[in-house]
Amino acid sequence: MSNASMNWVAIDADARFQELHRRKTRFLWALMIFSVVYYFLLPVGAAYFTDLFRVKVWGPINVGILFALSEFVVAWLIAFVYARVASRTFDPMAAEIVRRAGAIGGAR
Amino acid sequence: MSAPRLLGGLTAVALATTSIPAFAIFKGGAVPERFGWLAVVVFAAIIAVTMYVTYLAAKRVKTTQQFYAAGRSVSGLQNGWAIAGDYLSAASFLGIAGLISLYGYDGFMYSVGWLVAYITVLLVIAEPCRNIGKYTLGDILAFRNQHKTAKTMAAISTITVSTFYLTAQMVGGGVLVKTLIGIDYEVSVIVVGILMLAYVVFGGMVATTWVQIIKAILLVMASILLVIFTWAPYGFSLPGFLDGVAGDVKVQAQVARLLGDAATNMTPEQLGQRFLEPGLYLKNPIDQISLGMALVLGTAGMPHILMRFFTVPSAQQARVSVIWAMAIIGGFYVLTLFIGNGAALNVGAAQISAIDKGGNMAGPLLAQYIGGGADSMLGNLFLAFVAAVAFATIVAVVAGLVLASASAMSHDIWVGVVKGEHATQEEEVRAARVSAVIVGALAIVIGIAAKGQNVAHLVALAFAVAASSNLPCVLLTLYWKRCNTGGIVLGMLVGAFSAIALVMVSPNMTYPKLEKEKAQQVIDGAAAKAATLEADMAAATDPAARTKLEGDLANVRKDADGAQATMQRFEGTDTSIVGLEKPLIQLRNPGLYSIPLGFLCVILGSLFWRDRKAEEMWDELYVRQNTGIHAEQAVAH
Repeated sequence: MSNASMNWVAIDADARFQELHRRKTRFLWALMIFSVVYYFLLPVGAAYFTDLFRVKVWGPINVGILFALSEFVVAWLIAFVYARVASRTFDPMAAEIVRRAGAIGGAR
Repeated sequence: MSAPRLLGGLTAVALATTSIPAFAIFKGGAVPERFGWLAVVVFAAIIAVTMYVTYLAAKRVKTTQQFYAAGRSVSGLQNGWAIAGDYLSAASFLGIAGLISLYGYDGFMYSVGWLVAYITVLLVIAEPCRNIGKYTLGDILAFRNQHKTAKTMAAISTITVSTFYLTAQMVGGGVLVKTLIGIDYEVSVIVVGILMLAYVVFGGMVATTWVQIIKAILLVMASILLVIFTWAPYGFSLPGFLDGVAGDVKVQAQVARLLGDAATNMTPEQLGQRFLEPGLYLKNPIDQISLGMALVLGTAGMPHILMRFFTVPSAQQARVSVIWAMAIIGGFYVLTLFIGNGAALNVGAAQISAIDKGGNMAGPLLAQYIGGGADSMLGNLFLAFVAAVAFATIVAVVAGLVLASASAMSHDIWVGVVKGEHATQEEEVRAARVSAVIVGALAIVIGIAAKGQNVAHLVALAFAVAASSNLPCVLLTLYWKRCNTGGIVLGMLVGAFSAIALVMVSPNMTYPKLEKEKAQQVIDGAAAKAATLEADMAAATDPAARTKLEGDLANVRKDADGAQATMQRFEGTDTSIVGLEKPLIQLRNPGLYSIPLGFLCVILGSLFWRDRKAEEMWDELYVRQNTGIHAEQAVAH
């Protein structure tokens, strides 16, 4: 890859880049919205569903404690899922575009 | 004078200020005076190791890429630990364990947002920023905007956010070191300042990274040890451990005290179980959500966190580093659940809040208990170790903040704006070192000047400002074609000022009139209470009951004296520093209003001041952030 200026408009318009853009946008924002909603369920639940949070499930462990712990597990799962999809799908797609960048855009 | 020689001199000064006079001034801390030497040994060991690392780093740091970004040769795993070291401040290490020890469930719930924040960083910030950025927030914002304006705005914002955070760290650190080992507040602020300056000035990002890694490893090790010893008596059973917590008399007494009259009809079992349910500390859910928004969006806008992503060789390594950081930070918060509850169970809320009202001493006191108590050698060695870790924690966080501010001053303002990007490597590194000295000196001055001020809300404010100004600008620059200089300027200014202004009129400020009214009530009530207690005492025949009544009476008198002192302190003033008698809003966290306002202003500003160049540059920015074409490369070495 040369350091010369690329034809960015051509790369942006390329079908492969558009496909990467489409997939990435949909995946990232869906994951982002899910994580934010799941996070805010905790303070909302603690404030407005106190009776539910108090229900004992396992010895002294109640729904509230399990829900708070699940926040950690869900955060880690999101990170794991993202890392997997990014390295298996997005990285190869981006690498393909980088490899052909010269041919698609060419030095101006 | 050569850098290594000067460094050696500084090490000697830092060691001398902590160790030699320390024997004489180790008074009134959590570490008993006769065990003060233990603390000195552990502190000196940590200082010596970090100084040696700085000495090694100083030999490598010659170029701007080394100084600002550690040559982009930090691995994802290393950077993950460094992010954890940069992020887990004393507030999270000691503060959250303390909240759990005093308020149970709510303290644990509070810790969740600090981890969830990294999802935003991972999904939408880390990789694009690594692909298009160079060293600072200013580089990202200047990519397709008016260069000088964007750099100036980014630098001002970086310095503002870092200063709020820095002030909280310096003051909190000074108080903490004093409470832990009893050395003077001013001395500990100066020692923190000198150490942090040595790391940053000589070792730049290389030394800062290693200091943060060392600190994070120490912190996690200390926490794991505490948890193993706390949990082992319960056979590592979670229900068993929590049964122990709920069944403890000290825990039940704390819940009864927190609930007041509402606890009269509750059985001891109910009181204990209540500790594991929400609502003992966080009373206002809207405030909670507002804080949550600031955390989830603010972390991604923190300049010192953003800067860490320029130290890795590629966007993939930036991703790996966030994954590691999330594993370490999340794991650490799960450990604090045990540390906090363990302290509530073994030490007791009464003893924890007797040393520090905010509960900051929960972790250290638990360490002392586990080692064998206040009179044992091992107990005090554990305590000294945890104290030293807390100290390393403050220094590492402060170093990251100073480096971020210094980079904004030298790279964005001096080179980017004043010199018009024409400076040699040598000139820029020198400018960065001078900037670090200026910022560091200011931090020490601010730390000493703010002695005794309530600065706890400044951490939340730093996150709120970052979420309301930096994050909307970065996010829309990266993902919205029409975003431009006008939007950045308007968004930065309105976002930051609205967050600060909302806090200025919030209940976080001190309102002398309200304080005096509260104090007056205490004084009025105390006389009647004291009279009843005295009558009871005259009637009491049982010696145990008499002792209890005497204790209650002493407490009533102490409260009355405290109230009297409040009356005197606020004599002649009725209004807060902005001239209000009572808060205008009830929210303590401004994010709920200021974050949407920040986003709105970036959008409105961009639409109002159209800029063809920013739109023409969009294709380049968008392709580069997604593919990493032309991204800054690592140096070979």
